[in-house]
Amino acid sequence: MNLLTLVGALPLVGAALIYLIPTKDSELVKKFALLVTSLVAIAAIFLAVGFDKSITSLQYAQSYSWIPTFNINFALGIDGISLVLILLSTILVPIVILATWNESEGGRWSVKTFYVLILILETMMVGVFAASDLFLFYVFFEAMLIPVYFLIGGYGTGNRSAAAVKFLLYSLFGGLLMLASVIGLYVIAGNQIGATFDLTQLATLEIDNQTENFLFLGFFIAFAIKAPLWPFHTWLPDAAKSATPGTSVLLLGVLDKVGTYGMIRFCLALFPDASKTFTPLIITLSVISIIYGAFMAIGQKDIKGLIAFTSISHFGFITMGIFAMTSQGMSGANLYMVNHGFSTAALFLVAGWMMSRRNSSTISDFGGLQRVTPVMAWSFFIAGMSGLALPGLSSFVSEFLVLVGTYTRYPVAAIIGTLGIVLAALYILIPIQKTLHGPITEGNENMKDLNLREKISIAPVIAIIVVMGFYPKPVLDLINPTSAKVVVDAGYSDPIAEVNK
Amino acid sequence: MPTSENLLWLIALPLFSSAILLLAGKRANSWGHVMGTIVSASTFTIGLVEFFAMQSRPEESRAVTQKLFTWISVGSFNVDASLLLDQLSICFVLLITGVGTLIHVYSIAYMSHDLDRRRFFAYLNLFIASMLLLVLGDSYLNLYVGWEGVGLASYLLIGFWNQKPAYATAAKKAFVANRVGDVGLSLAIMIAFATFGDVSFAGMKENVDQASSTQLTAIGLMLLLAACGKSAQFPLQSWLGDAMAGPTPVSALIHAATMVTAGVYLITRSNFVFDEAPIAQLMVLIIGGITLLFGAIIGTAKDDIKKALAASTMSQIGYMILATGLGPIGYAFAIMHLLTHGFFKASMFLGAGSVMHGMKDEVNMRKYGGIGKFMPITAITFGFGYLAIIGVPPFAGFYSKDKIIETAFNEGGMKGLALGLATLLGAMITAFYMTRVVILTFFGNERWGHKDEPHESPALMLIPIALLSVGSIASGYILSRGEALVHWLEPVVNPLKEHHEELLPPIVVSLMTLGVVAIGVTVAILKYRGVQADHAPEKVSVLTKAARRDLYQDDFNEATLMRPGQVLVRNLLNIDYLVIDGLVRSVGKVSVTAGNQLRTLQNGYVRSYALLMVIGALALITTIWVVTA
Repeated sequence: MNLLTLVGALPLVGAALIYLIPTKDSELVKKFALLVTSLVAIAAIFLAVGFDKSITSLQYAQSYSWIPTFNINFALGIDGISLVLILLSTILVPIVILATWNESEGGRWSVKTFYVLILILETMMVGVFAASDLFLFYVFFEAMLIPVYFLIGGYGTGNRSAAAVKFLLYSLFGGLLMLASVIGLYVIAGNQIGATFDLTQLATLEIDNQTENFLFLGFFIAFAIKAPLWPFHTWLPDAAKSATPGTSVLLLGVLDKVGTYGMIRFCLALFPDASKTFTPLIITLSVISIIYGAFMAIGQKDIKGLIAFTSISHFGFITMGIFAMTSQGMSGANLYMVNHGFSTAALFLVAGWMMSRRNSSTISDFGGLQRVTPVMAWSFFIAGMSGLALPGLSSFVSEFLVLVGTYTRYPVAAIIGTLGIVLAALYILIPIQKTLHGPITEGNENMKDLNLREKISIAPVIAIIVVMGFYPKPVLDLINPTSAKVVVDAGYSDPIAEVNK
Repeated sequence: MPTSENLLWLIALPLFSSAILLLAGKRANSWGHVMGTIVSASTFTIGLVEFFAMQSRPEESRAVTQKLFTWISVGSFNVDASLLLDQLSICFVLLITGVGTLIHVYSIAYMSHDLDRRRFFAYLNLFIASMLLLVLGDSYLNLYVGWEGVGLASYLLIGFWNQKPAYATAAKKAFVANRVGDVGLSLAIMIAFATFGDVSFAGMKENVDQASSTQLTAIGLMLLLAACGKSAQFPLQSWLGDAMAGPTPVSALIHAATMVTAGVYLITRSNFVFDEAPIAQLMVLIIGGITLLFGAIIGTAKDDIKKALAASTMSQIGYMILATGLGPIGYAFAIMHLLTHGFFKASMFLGAGSVMHGMKDEVNMRKYGGIGKFMPITAITFGFGYLAIIGVPPFAGFYSKDKIIETAFNEGGMKGLALGLATLLGAMITAFYMTRVVILTFFGNERWGHKDEPHESPALMLIPIALLSVGSIASGYILSRGEALVHWLEPVVNPLKEHHEELLPPIVVSLMTLGVVAIGVTVAILKYRGVQADHAPEKVSVLTKAARRDLYQDDFNEATLMRPGQVLVRNLLNIDYLVIDGLVRSVGKVSVTAGNQLRTLQNGYVRSYALLMVIGALALITTIWVVTA
């Protein structure tokens, strides 16, 4: 059996097996889910070990005929970009399960259902990054919404139903636009080279400019909603505020990356000319996202809202890096996706622990935690430092690559983006001061510090953040060849070419 | 270039020590300070070994490098984690580790009653590691890691007692002001990459003639912005006074002797850029000139002994920055003043700490008075620092400051005159405010109002002060004898071989300087002799009021940045909810029933949306045009 198929199918098998466990035995359900997802993570690491960094074509490729009438294939295969995102997803899931051991309780449905949903979601995540057939991608893209919808609506807090519906409708709207484009593309392919959903073949189509622009927009808007890019962002803070911290980690850390991943894989690869046409607009929206998200984050009174808006600012960096069309920008954006996943995970998980201990997500309800719960405070601090891209931590490398890559083509955009680092200092340090410093707020005097389970779950995330800050090479080695190829395929070459040293 | 395997240890030892102290938690409480100090002393030892090895090598092969690993490599952007120890960085290595170790020793006693002493030493070690990385990195990006690392350590140490909200705020303010500077450093690196395809010092220096003067000017101005943030230069200086919230050893090490001088290092290191960018160089002179007067004026009005010294630091760094703008010979004098200042200012800060130690942490000089007779050693060592900073021969500051004043005059023309007069005026004000500090603290009537007499500090605190005093006395003579430092730095800063024109003979400059210093001292003595009240006079001139409020820099920043920013954030929150999300919600409503649509039409929202959409579209188009131009 292909290792990639194993990574994708294992969670689904696990979900099925969980059904054999009695509903009452929730501890066993949790342990089993942790075991399965850990095995998936190990398998994904083997996937990386066996990956040949030197070639840019799809690896672990396989294709089975699925719906022959429309020539739809169940085709999978990964390149460096998909690989690192699969690694991110599969490593985060067991960490989330361990970190949020109890958040499945007290939901609308059983603990068992929660983990079934999580496992199904994991299969979808692997599938969406591994699909090399457009129709298959679309199916995963849309089907992913369902477990997330139930996870928010069934286990979240506050106005969870409304937030879940908003998330679903907004995403479906984007998906519908994308479906129109998918069909359009299929029709054009039928006229030119014969009906197919194969990505490599679709990339060779000759499409007239106007049609290409419309098809591009169908995809792009769907992805811009997912990422989310300003002004399509308003569903994210609502969803993040209502979802459980674990779900939020997967939502912001992984699912949103499907948007930026889609821009690279589909918008650029299938519609290079339209991408060129829309680049000025997209760079502008990215810059607005960076600054707007940062200002909004500064104004948040709710920790979850804060993290959501910092992410909107960070997604601006990612899209800016992608559409800067330089190898530094592209590699930086891809690395950013990975780093943002881990650093948001750290922020959300620690914030989740703080919130559950205080039973509040209002920033001003905390204070002086550094002296009550030092380990939790330090974890939050390091996560925060990663959020403001402190040099020496992972996010600095990706942010700087994005900026330097953008500067060589769009200096003004890069300069405005760089101003974002001052705002980042504000949106991180203000809540850090309010939560960790100052006198101990009433009601927090006896707050318990992290227990062993929580420490074990956050340690690897922090380790990754630190190690990748100093030694990003292993991940960059996976990303670089594919990123360079994306830029070249889209018809660009680096403004700053190899230097004569 | 020869390689050395020792450089990594300079950074790795304190870094690991810091990590161990933080991770070990309370278990390390009993030995943490000892380990921190030993580690710091070992880095000093390594520094000395490297220094003597460097000295024994011929001039052209003195610099050593150590490549650690490939850090970031994408396309043509290649940055190694690589260290460079040359004649310039060794000066800093010795200063950082030497003064650093003395301050570790001092802190053992100073912080002995603090429950978090272990954490304090962890931060100090983190600072040493970061600062060494800053001066050892062989490219701007490596430097950047140390640059923000020292910023982090500074943030943690200013906020060491962050249970007090004001202290936590001071820490945040320092970080944010530094981040504004970091924008400059980031952009300088980006422009450098776009210009040279390289961000290493050596690579850029080699190809500097390929860059246009516009590019070099841009890089230079951005580097200057970075230096302003880190070195508390105008207009980013306002954080330094507040940074005195940190424990006094921190003020001595980070906010006087080392970190705040990083901007001087940055400009000196980038000499090849500034030498070819006259506009940037002129800006350096202007910023340095403004700040040296700005700081000195603030220093005359502060009653908090630490804030008075902080204002003085700002002013003295102004001298250094100004010197770096004076071209090749100026760099060497800037570094010389930086080193002598490192000694005398650290010794005075530690002296202030000693006074506070004996005065129940009182910092208000109006509550001091007559302390000299209770704390003789502190008073004498502080006196050496005092004589050094005001520039009395043969103390250290005399040699280093006079050289800067002399070189400023020698610029010639109106420029030279303006710079020379600014530095002279600065010297006069310095003499005034330092005399004021000394009189208010050590002489005059006792004003502390409690029965407990101040007590002299323990030996563990006095020995480091005494050793630094040796530096206050002798370092200037040693560094300038036979132009030792100038020749030592020659390979790095390339002073022009041709002899610099001397418009004024050195002896004239020295006499002029001593003259204005004498004026400053006399005025201060006349003003502060006799019995002083234990509170600041309220009826004071407009200028004094302004100086007490840091010449309104905070008020200016609040009015022009903070409050508009807060208004912007508030409005954005509303716009996001009412307009952007409002549109989404109304689209949702519209699609549900036509009735809802009609109601939306009637309540006038749509009109306002339409208007906003037009405005938004116009704004967007303009932004697109600007951003991608």
